[in-house]
Amino acid sequence: MTTSTRWRALTRHHLFWPVAVLVLLLLVNVPFTPDFFSIRMADGHLYGSLVSIVLFGSPLILVAVGMTLVIATGGIDLSVGAVVAITGALACSYISDQSDQSALSGVLLAMGLGLLAAVVCGLWNGFLVARMGIQPIIATLIIMVAGRGVAQLITDGQIITINSEPYKLIGGGYWLTLPFSIFVVAAVVIITVGLTRRTALGLLVEAVGGNAEASRLVGIRSRRIKIMVYMFCALCAGIAGLMISSNTSAADGNNAGLWIELDAILAVVIGGTSLLGGRFSIGGTVVGALVIQTLTTTIYTIGVPTQTNLVFKAAVVIVVCLLQSPKFRDKVFGARFGAKGSATPAAVPADSAAATEAAPKMEVS
Amino acid sequence: MAEPRPVLEMAGIVKEFPGVRALSDVDFRLFPGEIHALMGENGAGKSTLIKVLTGVHPLDGGTITLDGRSVRITSPLEAQQAGISTVYQEVNLCPNLSVAENIFIGREPTRMGRIQWKQLRRQAAELVERLGLDIDVTAPLSSYPLAVQQLVAIVRALGTGDGEGPGTKVLILDEPTSSLDRDEVLQLFALMRRLKDEGVAILFVSHFLDQIYEVCDRMTVLRNGTLVGEHMVRDLDQVGLIQLMLGKAMGQLDELHDQQLHSHAGETLVQAEGLGRTGGIAPFDLEIKKGEVIGLAGLLGSGRTELARLLFGADQPDSGKVSIEGRQVSMSAPNDAIGAGVAFCSENRKSEGLVPDLTVRENIILALQASRGWTRPIPVAQRDELVAKYIKALDIRPANPEARVGQLSGGNQQKVLLARWLITQPKLLILDEPTRGIDIGAKAEIQKLVVSLSEDGMSVLYIAAELEEVLRLSHTIGVLRDRRLVAQIANGPEITTSRILETIASGENQ
Repeated sequence: MTTSTRWRALTRHHLFWPVAVLVLLLLVNVPFTPDFFSIRMADGHLYGSLVSIVLFGSPLILVAVGMTLVIATGGIDLSVGAVVAITGALACSYISDQSDQSALSGVLLAMGLGLLAAVVCGLWNGFLVARMGIQPIIATLIIMVAGRGVAQLITDGQIITINSEPYKLIGGGYWLTLPFSIFVVAAVVIITVGLTRRTALGLLVEAVGGNAEASRLVGIRSRRIKIMVYMFCALCAGIAGLMISSNTSAADGNNAGLWIELDAILAVVIGGTSLLGGRFSIGGTVVGALVIQTLTTTIYTIGVPTQTNLVFKAAVVIVVCLLQSPKFRDKVFGARFGAKGSATPAAVPADSAAATEAAPKMEVS
Repeated sequence: MAEPRPVLEMAGIVKEFPGVRALSDVDFRLFPGEIHALMGENGAGKSTLIKVLTGVHPLDGGTITLDGRSVRITSPLEAQQAGISTVYQEVNLCPNLSVAENIFIGREPTRMGRIQWKQLRRQAAELVERLGLDIDVTAPLSSYPLAVQQLVAIVRALGTGDGEGPGTKVLILDEPTSSLDRDEVLQLFALMRRLKDEGVAILFVSHFLDQIYEVCDRMTVLRNGTLVGEHMVRDLDQVGLIQLMLGKAMGQLDELHDQQLHSHAGETLVQAEGLGRTGGIAPFDLEIKKGEVIGLAGLLGSGRTELARLLFGADQPDSGKVSIEGRQVSMSAPNDAIGAGVAFCSENRKSEGLVPDLTVRENIILALQASRGWTRPIPVAQRDELVAKYIKALDIRPANPEARVGQLSGGNQQKVLLARWLITQPKLLILDEPTRGIDIGAKAEIQKLVVSLSEDGMSVLYIAAELEEVLRLSHTIGVLRDRRLVAQIANGPEITTSRILETIASGENQ
């Protein structure tokens, strides 16, 4: 009795399905890459598929965390990909102009410039949405399109390559045996959670997204909150932009962060935040972003032909979204809570049994 | 009198939700050609019974017999096909489409996949005409007032079936009158009586007792999910009915009588001069004293809500000024009013009050938190204490601060909104229809609360459609007509509802 109620409570937790999908996706890799979960030490750095997933997923997590807050207010930000490009372009072009590209002061200034540009983009988005009352999807479309042009303008249409040790650290360096990006991501996530849950910001954001008119009548300065949230989202995208350009030591105005806005929106949705606004979950978004990155990795490891991998990705996304839908779950797994039905119910605990068996493996190796 | 065979019979209906038995062993019958009222407090099981009947909720026990045949209804669509149509409190139509399109949406007459627009319009016009309504079916629905939209919703419900005239045997009207004014209600009743004469059985839910006595033939009373009794309306008077619904002798409301029947003297709190807004309300002067309850009387659309919204800065005035405690307040946004100690509970609980996804606790602290700004969260201990205090004081049920507010009943949602503003300790509390759509018990509680708040020195601007309520609570009664504040009457023993009605009507047919 107690185990079944505990199980039910567990399945009701808002992170249950995203985490279940993540674990399942990770397990799919094992038959193809038996040492998938192994992590080894080389040159004082930790290597392994899990580390790579977090490393390559870092920019997406950053962008998605910012996106979560925007979506929670009932908005959306399509411009993040362009902001990634602008930030990277600005930082790299500034560094490439320096005589000593590895000078710390120059690098810090470059990063500051890039992030400032990102925040200005966010301010513009927030201004259009909150002050001018333009629909978020249209307002942010402007920078989504124009931003790429601005990035090209900054780089003169070239791919700027740089050679800067300190700058390389952000997206490609290591610290305490782990990729430095992981620390950046962890810091941003912790700060975001603290900012939203330790203050009343989270509550006010959810109120604005949950019922805008009620929020106005209750005296919430929703315009101010929306502008802040768009600026924060752009700042996150800016950090991701630094990370991406740092990882390749190059700024590519055309391709940096291309389509990352769509992956970010998807990560937010997989994480359980409704596109209608209201309740949001930063933890869910992080898991959602990891699901997407794991999926990308999985596509490579199991050898899906390159030309069909978008189709494969779409198929998995459909399954994830269906699992997220309570209506669908009731239809498929509903029988387990009723009197009849033994075939489907058996399948679910079996999966979880497999998961618990697999879990120790991660620690062993 | 020999009774004909009922068109609908529900026997031994049981419905359980996790932890709650919403309906236990309820019997219900409906005869053709009658208007039958389903009575009960909020939470008595009225909505659940309707939802079970229309297939929204599956049945946990009992049988439904329609026209002598046992039926099993598992979805709203099946209910419609079986001849049971429902019109809900909120109009669920598309305002941007024409009346004709709304009536036939989803079942347009087609030939080879193409919609026969001419036929559709003709059929709609015939249907509307046959029901004695004067509506241009080609005009967009949004060009008509809410009341007409409600009538269109009924026409649409009737049209379901074979598409040719009413296939509807049972018509369920769930609080159709809550946002209609008197004339519109009469229009609705005329339509209901016409349908009754055609043999349609109508199930009518309303919180307005007078309306029940005006239009209904028979009533079934529920309390706490059980059947209390079925009575002919003419055999049971209002006092008897209220006693059945509450399960106890009525007396709470009477206590309030005669308590406040003299005008109030005190310092001026709010002084509005020439405050007005084009298209909203003509410029008016209004003085509200400390601890005074000002009731606003007037028909729906007479400018009651518009007046209140100006005093709160929810709409921007284009003339006049407001001063609160002698200081002029700009009133360009709700923030200005809130800062000056004004609180406003909107009549639209759902769209302008609650954030349904958030918990009871979060909804309660929202106004206080908004005034503190996001950087200064209310300390957890203080927050929990405040919330617990108001949940207890207002008897909000369930008394669980973690419950999602969207799942509460109407009365409890209203209490959450009251708690939200009381927590900010306002100087002036504006209540726009605080008792609409909630049960009698909660109504009495809210009215008592207004009295005690006023005794503690809080000023209240009280808006209600029921004149008795306004008369009972107010020191001063502001009368509105055609978006104009036409009179301010000091309450007293000689003031009666008919006196107020005369003022409202002033020569009109009332």
